[in-house]
Amino acid sequence: MKTGLMNSTCSSSQSAKQCPLSQNVANSERVLSLLGGGSLLLMGLRRGSGAGLLGVAAGASLLYRGWTGHCHLYEGLGINTAESQRTRPGVASHQGSKVHSALHINRDRQEIYEFWRNLENLPQIMQHLESVTVIDEKRSEWVARAPFGKTLQWEAEIITDKPGEVIAWQSLPGSQVDTAGSVHFKDSSTGAGTELVVSIMYNPPGGQIVTQIAHLLGQDLQTELNQDLREFKQLLEAGEIATNAIAPEPGQIQKPVMFDLKVDKS
Amino acid sequence: MRAVSWHGKEDIRVETFPDPQIVNPRDAIVKVSITAICGSDLHLYTGRIPTMHAGDILGHEFMGEVVAVGHEVSNLQIGDRVVVPFTIACGGCYFCKHDLWSLCDNSNPNAWMVEKLYGHSPSGLFGYSHMLGGYAGGQAEYVRVPFADVGPITVPEGLSDEQVLFLSDIFPTGFMAAENCQIREGDTVAVWGCGPVGLFAIWSAYKLGAGQVIAIDRFPERLKLAREYCKAKTLNYEEVDVFTMLQELTGGRGPDSCIDAVGSEAHGTTLDAWYDLAAEKLLLETDRGHVLRQVIHSCRKGGTVSIPGVYGGFLDKVPIGAAFGKGLQLRMGQTHVHRYLPRLLEYIREGELDPSFLITHRSSLEQAADMYRIFEQKQDECIKVVLQT
Ligand SMILES: [Zn+2]
Ligand SMILES: [Zn+2]
Repeated sequence: MKTGLMNSTCSSSQSAKQCPLSQNVANSERVLSLLGGGSLLLMGLRRGSGAGLLGVAAGASLLYRGWTGHCHLYEGLGINTAESQRTRPGVASHQGSKVHSALHINRDRQEIYEFWRNLENLPQIMQHLESVTVIDEKRSEWVARAPFGKTLQWEAEIITDKPGEVIAWQSLPGSQVDTAGSVHFKDSSTGAGTELVVSIMYNPPGGQIVTQIAHLLGQDLQTELNQDLREFKQLLEAGEIATNAIAPEPGQIQKPVMFDLKVDKS
Repeated sequence: MRAVSWHGKEDIRVETFPDPQIVNPRDAIVKVSITAICGSDLHLYTGRIPTMHAGDILGHEFMGEVVAVGHEVSNLQIGDRVVVPFTIACGGCYFCKHDLWSLCDNSNPNAWMVEKLYGHSPSGLFGYSHMLGGYAGGQAEYVRVPFADVGPITVPEGLSDEQVLFLSDIFPTGFMAAENCQIREGDTVAVWGCGPVGLFAIWSAYKLGAGQVIAIDRFPERLKLAREYCKAKTLNYEEVDVFTMLQELTGGRGPDSCIDAVGSEAHGTTLDAWYDLAAEKLLLETDRGHVLRQVIHSCRKGGTVSIPGVYGGFLDKVPIGAAFGKGLQLRMGQTHVHRYLPRLLEYIREGELDPSFLITHRSSLEQAADMYRIFEQKQDECIKVVLQT
């Protein structure tokens, strides 16, 4: 992987610190950085506000890494996307954006597991997913809403499935996006209900820095996952999603939930 | 409908809003008969609670008639007369199941705001800022009540509205403050602040076995109620040295438990200001702590400090060394109203207490702005204001 826009003079085994201008940004990403950086820079300069200045800074940094193939942010995070060009499925543990959430749901472990095991249910609880279509026992086709109104598509397979304990999945090689996720279930130490740990990793096209910009624009995956899981918990424990509305929204679409939502009020 | 709305510091208006409707299956709509202004509403009035928006409907102490129910509410009938807890709780989460209703996991739609500040979110409240739910409040003709199948309590015939209204907040709040003292028969309990919560705490402390209750305030009319209605010994802190007097009344030991029913007035008007404090750990004071400092100083070794007064932000110079050195227990938190309703309603029914004794002002909803001003400035010996819709 050394067919960069600029010749890399460092071997991939050398650390970025030893070679400060080494290429640690993959090629496709460098193109995106150039495009995105230029437009952010222009937008930022035109607006001149606080957000505009952030845009200038982010834009300038994208341009820089697009030209040089080097990103200070990645260096700081210890990430090198030039090393792995989708040669293996999923996301390496040190890459991409990782979101993580732990919660207690006062419901039976098996029924929560079964809901998650049918991956087609996930778009009901995850805002950023548009659809999941199960192809066979292992494989499924995912469509997600991406920043800037785009969609992303990938094929994933279930890599671990221990009924009632853990489900893990990851995208297959050749996908538009590298992603992996897992959910662990265990009986709560409180003696009732289930403790869930949900982890999702994305290495979106454009990489870490685009995630950073999406974050600046308010599209924060971690916040979104927390809110998604909070609403999932509310549906299971309270039978409805808490709202401070004083009237139903006009044309409000009730989230269809395939769960038996009988609330235990005893 | 008409409702009392917040528009900024000392800017209260009565305006026309759309009537609320059933949104979720466990909702009820309550047509308010009477509603009260709470001491904690004054924190909103003086603009000291972040995440208030212009046009927010105030009020969290209210009662009235059920006029509509969602299809999951089977315990309430149209026409029932109910008192509504000011804390909103789902009944199904870990905390509700453990009788910790004000810590409900599922009733604050804006939980993420508080989580940034506190780590976790308490329950949503009626009419008390967006970070605590953003729910329209009870100083209104109608209120949408979520989780109506586990919250509101039906009032039996023969009791007036004024006798039961305070089950919504201040009576349970005073009772929990006393219960948190873990009173043993004959104990001495000192109560700082003879506002409505303090007065109910005094009554409750005797109910739970206190031998003497000492009440501390500076307003003569409040001290008089504490003395004459609630049978407390009273200290005017402008006239005597509180610490010295408390030691004299307890053989130098200090009160077995102390209740801070004064609480705080939070400074800093934006949530960002609070976040900054949390993030940078700046030791700026957002809560007035002198009462709490005196409480810790006065309490006997091994005693209990109970804090029902609302603390929201940060408190500087808490004498943690004194609290540790004296082996004190500090117990606090928002009231688990649901937990106390049946028991306290029973006290009222049996005539042991008529909570309406502390009402000093009765007015109409339309006069709300004037009543907030009178209450805030403690004019006209104002202790508790009740508004009629
Ligand atoms: Zn109150
Ligand atoms: Zn709850």
